[in-house]
Amino acid sequence: MTAPTIRSPAGEFWRRLRRRHTALAAGVVVLLIILIAIFAPVLAPYDPAAADYDALLQGPSLAHLAGTDSYGRDILSRIIWGGRISLTVGLVSAFAGGLVGTTLGLLSGWIGGWVDTVLMRLCDVLFAFPGILLAIAVVALLGPGVANVVWAVAVFSVPVFARLVRGTTMSLKQAQYIQAGRTIGVSGAKLMLYHILPGALPVVIVYMSLRIGSAILVGAALSFIGLGAQPPSPEWGAMLADGRSYLGVADHLTLFPGLAIFIVVLSFNVLGDGLRDALSQRLQ
Amino acid sequence: MLFFLRRLAAAIPVLFAVSVFVFGFVRVLPGDPARLVAGADATEQEVASARQALGLDRPIWEQYVRYVGASLKGDLGVSSRTREPVIDVIAARFWPTLWLTLAAMGWATLAGTFIGVWAGTRRGRWQDQMAMLFAIGGLSFPGFWLGLLLINLFSVHLGWLPTGGFDSWLSLLMPSFTLGVGVAAVLARFSRSAYVDVAAEDYVRTARSKGLRERRVIWRHGVRNALIPVVTLTGLEFGTLLGGAIVVETVFAWPGLGRLLVDSIAFRDYPVIQAEILLLSAEFMLINLVIDMLYGVLNPEIRLRS
Repeated sequence: MTAPTIRSPAGEFWRRLRRRHTALAAGVVVLLIILIAIFAPVLAPYDPAAADYDALLQGPSLAHLAGTDSYGRDILSRIIWGGRISLTVGLVSAFAGGLVGTTLGLLSGWIGGWVDTVLMRLCDVLFAFPGILLAIAVVALLGPGVANVVWAVAVFSVPVFARLVRGTTMSLKQAQYIQAGRTIGVSGAKLMLYHILPGALPVVIVYMSLRIGSAILVGAALSFIGLGAQPPSPEWGAMLADGRSYLGVADHLTLFPGLAIFIVVLSFNVLGDGLRDALSQRLQ
Repeated sequence: MLFFLRRLAAAIPVLFAVSVFVFGFVRVLPGDPARLVAGADATEQEVASARQALGLDRPIWEQYVRYVGASLKGDLGVSSRTREPVIDVIAARFWPTLWLTLAAMGWATLAGTFIGVWAGTRRGRWQDQMAMLFAIGGLSFPGFWLGLLLINLFSVHLGWLPTGGFDSWLSLLMPSFTLGVGVAAVLARFSRSAYVDVAAEDYVRTARSKGLRERRVIWRHGVRNALIPVVTLTGLEFGTLLGGAIVVETVFAWPGLGRLLVDSIAFRDYPVIQAEILLLSAEFMLINLVIDMLYGVLNPEIRLRS
């Protein structure tokens, strides 16, 4: 008789994730996109800002794989450089929103009482605004620009994480090992940081990966309507807005930046879905 | 009845906080609103009289009370761009946005639930996988890009539909389709999993084993119960639609609230921005309140538990 194998939670999670081939493929694409953004200076065939007035609005060719725009700038190079902006918006805002939301959720669930009431009502207020409207309000306050878009998108991620972590904290608070810790006099801060946070972290990480896709989408949308990255910037949403005037004349101006947004957001969403499924099966 | 009153009571503090936020919005902006209203080349005296006219010389709590009182009476100030009353500016843009969101919500709800249930009944088969691929694709598709692709195909190349504006019902087709795709995708995913959960219930097995036809089992016992959580989600998704309308209206030059908001930000027309944010969030809250109550009607368990 063989003894049943005992896997660590992380091992079990990885075992389940490994079977989700689409999620793994998406993970590889995400990794590639991140590498492309990091090595943009080496990979981009042209300077993304260099105008070439002899090559205006050219379609895809061997010299310019994705064609050129109305200033003769190489679209492929702009997309490669633009990836840095979109990834920054997605990663930083999801992380910032997750960090603030997790802190608030921990405090709310642990302390309870009026702190919990006040924080959750605050979340209700944030939830009362449709996400992008809140982002637009923040940008209207702070002025257009990529940095402000990051804050704007982070703000509307906060209540999602706060609610999530608050729920986990409240259920973990009742766990025997936490009660035991309390009995032997472990401080509240220590319990929260070393014993409750690690329990809530997997859920937070999974939701963060799901948030990145929508954060990139909102960031690009804000740039498209002129509230995010401003024109010379190779941000994908801004590139689409620029290509709008050339519909029917030079379709590649809108085709490639749109495709870039779609592929990146799709990869993050598929990866996030896979992570979530693998995790929720483990929790069951 | 108590349930409904309690839901209504819970919405009041949130509405209060939203109004404080919107009130504070203009006051934390850099620059003096009185100078903004008086104009760039106004004298100090003109700025002072503008300040008095706006009531900005009074204590902050009094300003807030006056603001709420005026808002409730429909006085939302004067647009600093067109000098028209804000309420008139907004009223003119309200209907196009309402039609757009309703049309998008209508088709997205029908198509989304249908695709979701259809995939759920074929769980694990290729039809299920195709439907879920469509759903995650729809979620990841940038609405503004889809809009541009549609304009390019149907307006520029084929010449079948107008590129933008709201001149006939034909012009509603592309914007409402674009706006609804994301919502249809979310609803398809959600109603699939709701259906799969319900289909595993004992009463569905009982219905099947007593010899009911499969179609009746699916629709009468499966879908009807699976739809309850879908209703709640539909309310939440209305917020996504209101937000999405801001972008879609920009793509299709739609004369609605969304484009008005974007234009107002470009012109720093703060009275209009303020009123729009208040209006859109109040609308979103109202819809969710109605959905919450509807949920209580559909599911007595929820009503009793609270």
